[in-house]
Amino acid sequence: MDKIRIENLDLYYGDFQALKKVNLNIKKNEITAFIGPSGCGKSTLLKCLNRMNDLVEGCRITGEVLLDGENIYGDMDINLLRKRIGMVFQKPNPFPMSVYDNVAFGPRTHGIRSKIKLDDVVERSLRQAAIWDELKDRLKKSALELSGGQQQRLCIARALAVQPEVLLMDEPTSALDPISTSKIEDLAVELKEDYTIIIVTHNMQQAVRIADSTAFFLHGEVIEYASAEELFSMPKDKRTEDYITGRFG
Amino acid sequence: MECINKRSFGQKLKAYKRSPLSLALFLLVLVSTILTIGILLFLIGYIMIRGIPNIKPELFQWEYNTLNVSLMPALINTVIMTFISLLIAVPIAVFSAIYLVEYAKRGNRLVGIIRITAETLSGIPSIVYGLFGLLFFVTALGWGMSLLAGAFTLSIMILPLVMRTAEEALKAVPDSYREGSYGLGAGKLRTVFRIVLPSAMPGILAGVILGIGRIVGESAALIYTAGTVAEIPKGRDFLFDSTRTLSVHMYALTSEGLYVKQSYATAVILLFIVVLINWFSGYIAKKLSKA
Repeated sequence: MDKIRIENLDLYYGDFQALKKVNLNIKKNEITAFIGPSGCGKSTLLKCLNRMNDLVEGCRITGEVLLDGENIYGDMDINLLRKRIGMVFQKPNPFPMSVYDNVAFGPRTHGIRSKIKLDDVVERSLRQAAIWDELKDRLKKSALELSGGQQQRLCIARALAVQPEVLLMDEPTSALDPISTSKIEDLAVELKEDYTIIIVTHNMQQAVRIADSTAFFLHGEVIEYASAEELFSMPKDKRTEDYITGRFG
Repeated sequence: MECINKRSFGQKLKAYKRSPLSLALFLLVLVSTILTIGILLFLIGYIMIRGIPNIKPELFQWEYNTLNVSLMPALINTVIMTFISLLIAVPIAVFSAIYLVEYAKRGNRLVGIIRITAETLSGIPSIVYGLFGLLFFVTALGWGMSLLAGAFTLSIMILPLVMRTAEEALKAVPDSYREGSYGLGAGKLRTVFRIVLPSAMPGILAGVILGIGRIVGESAALIYTAGTVAEIPKGRDFLFDSTRTLSVHMYALTSEGLYVKQSYATAVILLFIVVLINWFSGYIAKKLSKA
């Protein structure tokens, strides 16, 4: 089942074409990894999916992105879109407020006011992000006092709190140590039961470990898109092979 | 145990012998620091020594007359003047800063013009503001020398100052906060008011403190616009009463030449108020940034 379909997507920053005729179908309840060297357009494509590129000046997009068959660049309310497609950023970016308020920010945004409901959402989200036990006694403490790995899992909890359908992860472990990284990878695998996950990564091992499908990007084009097993064991394209065997990138 | 990472005086001396230039630089910074602190301490000490013996109960009587030379009306007027000026200037300044940082497109030509204008305005001597206030608020609008004319003049004076500081404070809020908020489906309004503004609050407050400092210390612009009547404004039309603030009061006392002692006492009170305001705003900033 396709959750997201990207059709003939072109993206320009001013005169520079960052994405060229991208066609991709993202399957539901799978982890899809975008890999490729720096500047290949993988993060850019990710940001097209929740319209974060709208904030970038001089960015022009043509083509179509369909979420459950509905065009996200059409009549869909942009705030509602971002509620359905949550995002975790490269650098952990908790708000400068308490752990509780961080997680409750999203639900409050979407109109949940009752304390009982909020308590419930906060606990459930933190549990889902596998950080409840570490933080349950520190809910009133500032989120900025947490370690980098905890901050990132808090950001995942924060994204889950609005009950999205899709979770975009933009190199979520690139700023973290190996132990935090493996915790987040385990988490991603658990979460795919309920969510569709797209992860951008620099780390090919990470893609091998957790991804179901993998897309290889180069110079703004999707060179190869296949199941992770297939792409890493018998790449069809010479450039994919060069990249995954470490000849460049 | 002997501490091994501390250099002894002998070792330092040796190091300086090897490079005399760094010794010269060290002395230069040291002397500058001592000079700066020294001048400040001398100034405060001088005012204290001359002023504190002259602080007498009759200075704090509600009614001013030439016998008691009470500073109480001026003190209260200062507070009212500060409050009204901030009430006018701060919202406008903060909202324009929000427009410049959050709404206007980056590199917009209008933004550049506004910025240059604000910078020019904050460099204009206060007496020019006073003259403008006299011509516009006092004469053209017919408000007379009044609390309101003074407050408006002062708020125009501090507007660019507060706006520029607020703008810098908003710019210093990392974009990652904004992205995080938008990414959760929050709109612009919620992002600005719930995420960006609270994070920028200490910086904005710093600008407000600077503004208060200028209001409390201002005399030239007020002599033209608020006049020098040493009474607490009363009644329904109190906004249109002429008033004097502490700085103007001091100016009046000193220039009359009869009350030099009292004017030193007033200076001590003024100094005390400024320190109090600074301490209080620092306290608020700390409270806000924690929450």
